[in-house]
Amino acid sequence: MATYRLNINGRQREVTTDPSTPLLWVLREDLKMTGTKYGCGISACGACTVHVDGVATRSCVVPVSMIDDRPIVTIEGIGADPVGRAVQNAWIDKDVVQCGYCQSGQIMSAVALLKRRPDPTDLNIDESMGGNLCRCATYVRIREAIKSAAKQVK
Amino acid sequence: MSRIRSIALLISAALACVSFMLTAGSATRAEPSVSAMQGLSAWEQVYSVLTHPRCINCHTATSYPQQGDDRHRHFANAVRGPANTGVPGLNCSSCHQKANADSTGVPGGHNWHLAPLSMKWQDENDRPLSSAMVCRSLKDRSKNHNLDGPALLKHHEEEALVLWAWSPGRRPDGSMRTLPPLTHAEFVAATRRWVEAGMPCPAER
Repeated sequence: MATYRLNINGRQREVTTDPSTPLLWVLREDLKMTGTKYGCGISACGACTVHVDGVATRSCVVPVSMIDDRPIVTIEGIGADPVGRAVQNAWIDKDVVQCGYCQSGQIMSAVALLKRRPDPTDLNIDESMGGNLCRCATYVRIREAIKSAAKQVK
Repeated sequence: MSRIRSIALLISAALACVSFMLTAGSATRAEPSVSAMQGLSAWEQVYSVLTHPRCINCHTATSYPQQGDDRHRHFANAVRGPANTGVPGLNCSSCHQKANADSTGVPGGHNWHLAPLSMKWQDENDRPLSSAMVCRSLKDRSKNHNLDGPALLKHHEEEALVLWAWSPGRRPDGSMRTLPPLTHAEFVAATRRWVEAGMPCPAER
C-alpha cells in the first residue's frame, strides 16, 4: 500500500491504495466519483476516459502509481472548462444520450478532440472518437453534437 | 611456382574487388577494421532483431500500429496520427505510460510512439521489407533523422524504446512478452561490427 496525493478537478485528494490499482478504481471506489464508468477493463471501449494532464486517458489501464503530479479532470469537473461546457450543452441540445453508460467517456474524448482541433473534419471525428464504443449506436448524434459544440466554441 | 603465385594474386585481387563493391557508398571511407563480409553477417543479426515483433510492430507502413507476436492490427482503432503519436482523444499516451503497467498488461516507455513512415520496415500489406531494403533505409540519412554510423550505434545502445524491446513486460494474461532473438548486448555488438565494416548492405535478391 502507498499513499498518493492526486489533483482531481482542481482539488487535492489523498488515497492509500495498492500502487498497481487502476486510476478508475481509485476514482470510483476510493473517492466515490462514479461518473467515470467501467466498460471493458482493457482500454477497448473508452467508457473510463478521463483527462490526465490534458490527454484523454483510459483510466482502467493506468495504475495510480503512474499518475504522479499530473492533474486529472473527470466528467464531474469537465463542465468548469469552456470547451467542456460547450460539449455538454451540445450533448443536451442534440439529445445524444440513449442509455448513457458510455457518454461520460464520449464527452471526455470529444473535449480532448476540440481542444486540439477546434474545427474537426469528419475524418478527425472518426479517428479521435474511434476508441469510444456506444452499443446504442448514438454515433450520428455524437458527430452532430461535436460539430455543434465546435461552432459554440468559435 | 610463378603460375601458383599468379593465381594467388588473381584471387587476392578478386577478393579486394568484392570487398570494395560491398563497402562502396557506405558512410565510412576509412580502412574498415571489420571486413565487409563480417559486416554483412553482423547486419543479418541486426535485421533479425529489427524484424522481431517487439520492434517492427511500431515500424509499419500503414496508418496504424500492430501488436502481438502475430503482428495483428492494434485494437481500439488506434491510429498513427500526424505526429506518429495518435490523435487527440486517442493518443498513444491515452494508455501507454512511461513504464510497463504489468497489473493491466499495457506496455509503456518514455515517449511511446510509432516510428515515422520514413523508417517503415514493412510494406503496406504488413509484410516485412527485405534485408537489403531495411539496410538501405536504416543508413539513409535523409530518412533516419540524419544519423551517421556512430549515431545509429548510440541509438541502438541507449534509446528508451529500443531498450524496451528487452524489457517488454507482461501481457494482459500475465505471461511475459517474447524477446528479440539476440540479447541487447549482442544486438549492440552486431550493430558495432556492421558500423565498423562501413555499414555494408546485402544485394537485393
